[in-house]
Amino acid sequence: MIRKEKMTVVSQKMIAENIYEMILHGELVSEMDNPGQFVHVKAEEGIDPLLRRPISISSIDKKNNAFTMIYRTEGKGTKRLAQKNEGDSVDVLGPLGNGFPILPHHKGKRALLVGGGIGVPPLYELSKRLVENKMEVVHVLGFQTESSSFYMEEFASLGHAYAATVDGSLGTKGFVTSIIDDMDGEFDVLYACGPIPMLRALEQRFSDIEAYLSLEQRMGCGIGACFACVCPVQGDESGTEYRKVCSDGPVFPVGEVVL
Amino acid sequence: MNGLSIELPGMQLKNPIMPASGCFGFGREFSQLYDLNQLGAIMIKAVTTEPRFGNPTPRVAETDAGMLNAIGLQNPGLQKVMNEELPWLDQFDVPIIANVAGSMMEDYVNVAREVSTSPNVKALELNISCPNVKTGGIAFGTDPSIAKELTKKVKEVSSVPVYVKLSPNVANIVEMAKAVEDGGADGLTMINTLIGMRMDLKTAKPILANKTGGLSGPAIKPVAIRMIYEVSQHVNVPIIGMGGIQSAEDVIEFFYAGASAVAVGTANFVDPFACPGIIEELPGLLQDIGVDHISELTGRSWGKVDQKTYHRA
Ligand SMILES: Cc1cc2nc3c(=O)[nH]c(=O)nc-3n(C[C@H](O)[C@H](O)[C@H](O)COP(=O)(O)OP(=O)(O)OC[C@H]3O[C@@H](n4cnc5c(N)ncnc54)[C@H](O)[C@@H]3O)c2cc1C
Ligand SMILES: Cc1cc2nc3c(=O)[nH]c(=O)nc-3n(C[C@H](O)[C@H](O)[C@H](O)COP(=O)(O)O)c2cc1C
Ligand code: FES
Repeated sequence: MIRKEKMTVVSQKMIAENIYEMILHGELVSEMDNPGQFVHVKAEEGIDPLLRRPISISSIDKKNNAFTMIYRTEGKGTKRLAQKNEGDSVDVLGPLGNGFPILPHHKGKRALLVGGGIGVPPLYELSKRLVENKMEVVHVLGFQTESSSFYMEEFASLGHAYAATVDGSLGTKGFVTSIIDDMDGEFDVLYACGPIPMLRALEQRFSDIEAYLSLEQRMGCGIGACFACVCPVQGDESGTEYRKVCSDGPVFPVGEVVL
Repeated sequence: MNGLSIELPGMQLKNPIMPASGCFGFGREFSQLYDLNQLGAIMIKAVTTEPRFGNPTPRVAETDAGMLNAIGLQNPGLQKVMNEELPWLDQFDVPIIANVAGSMMEDYVNVAREVSTSPNVKALELNISCPNVKTGGIAFGTDPSIAKELTKKVKEVSSVPVYVKLSPNVANIVEMAKAVEDGGADGLTMINTLIGMRMDLKTAKPILANKTGGLSGPAIKPVAIRMIYEVSQHVNVPIIGMGGIQSAEDVIEFFYAGASAVAVGTANFVDPFACPGIIEELPGLLQDIGVDHISELTGRSWGKVDQKTYHRA
């Protein structure tokens, strides 16, 4: 069930250049279910900024009623969020969206997790859950540069973790696709979250395997009521079919929506 | 007695608070959060004859104390609304105000004729003021004689009272209001969004794919209050006020200006519990002001005497 709660900041730290990790505590965590779901955060009380900001759930700690979000300071909202300290409260609406499916029939199979920039965070809880599902996970994570990279060790503790950076300061120089093109072996399922060009490249390369892509879109309500975040359905000739990223997504099976 | 219950043409309302069209879908999402029976009424998303996809994304952009939207009247079309959405909403004891839109007069007339036959639709709201569609919309809302004629035509076919939603994007709002009153409007709803624009600093291009969008939220509240103040002194039909309402205090301001009920739009995105929150706070505020009934506040700023029976249940 979706809830709105003033959650308490347990910790906040900068883990890379302009990248923050915030742990929040509250009852709402008991509703969190699938990795890949997100929360809609009110960065500041009042009207400045006015709208909520969608941020992925990066890690869920049910035992302590806490969850982690990892975010990049972009504009007003995320900058305000970065000013919060331990003990402060944050107005959180969630959990929202469907999340990545974890399927029992994948037990023992091989999963490829591909993340780009700020699309990396939701893959962390996913990876933990896939490992619990007795799957082999391989991560390919893309960043601008080494100083903006994060969680490489955390991912490496769950399975192989490869990094690609645009300037080559960490891992392979280039995009995630440069690594994937050179990789051996078959994958049974692909999970990805990141910029649209990255998702498009993956869609082309992996049209033959089961794949799930997580999308971003500007949001109004975050719950499916305002039609701000829609995307067209692939192959729909009527031109009226749509999916809402906030409530039907943000995760879609590859081929379902137009990227 | 409850100091919030009111009567409007076509409707008995438990309270004068309702979600504004386009900001509440058809209620399904919000019904997972709270009991919709608490609401005075529900203004559903715009309905057109055929299903519409709307504009390309991005469709929303934030502004200081507000937002721009260019949804473009996306909706599932008249048939689906009649067969699925309105019957679903019938489980609630809440009057529905159906927002009617179109590209041509015949579209409005067709939608109005059919949607007004649904048992829970107690009134229509003619959306002659959407800034986000290329044809229709805005022209209907800026030319008084066209607006009047449209109102007349819709009145002829509608089996429920017709409210007309005024656009703030006009030079003379009173003239528009009087024109649709002449055309037979049973009430007015105002205001719709103001046309605005924002640029992306990185690309130097408009943020919205549609380039322009409708400005809503607290930023437009003073415009709404001014327009309701002017119009309410010149018409004899009730006004449902909207534009940036976030709190019970805002509601009182709108009543003082001349509104008989209010709608809450953008605030539903900021806080999905905005409507029930306002409903809960109002009685205490009325007590502080020292009135028994909220309708005593309508037009207080300009000394309107509460002689119109439609205010009181
Ligand atoms: C489902 C989903 C999950 C996300 N998860 C994360 C995450 O885990 N970590 C993270 O750092 N970022 C994430 N984002 C992106 C994040 O929402 C934006 O970076 C953030 O809203 C920017 O807000 P701002 O006030 O800092 O920037 P501004 O540019 O000041 O924001 C202005 C407006 O634009 C919207 N906006 C700007 N960029 C985006 C964007 N990329 N996507 C959607 N709306 C945007 C804002 O929400 C706001 O309404 C996610 C986005 C979505 C849709
Ligand atoms: C996302 C969004 C969609 C809207 N869609 C409609 C619509 O379909 N029909 C309509 O008459 N008004 C529509 N409106 C206008 C609102 O009903 C309302 O008049 C306006 O937003 C001002 O109120 P607010 O400031 O409280 O949001 C929409 C507004 C927003 C923000
Ligand atoms: S953000 Fe409102 S429908 Fe998705």
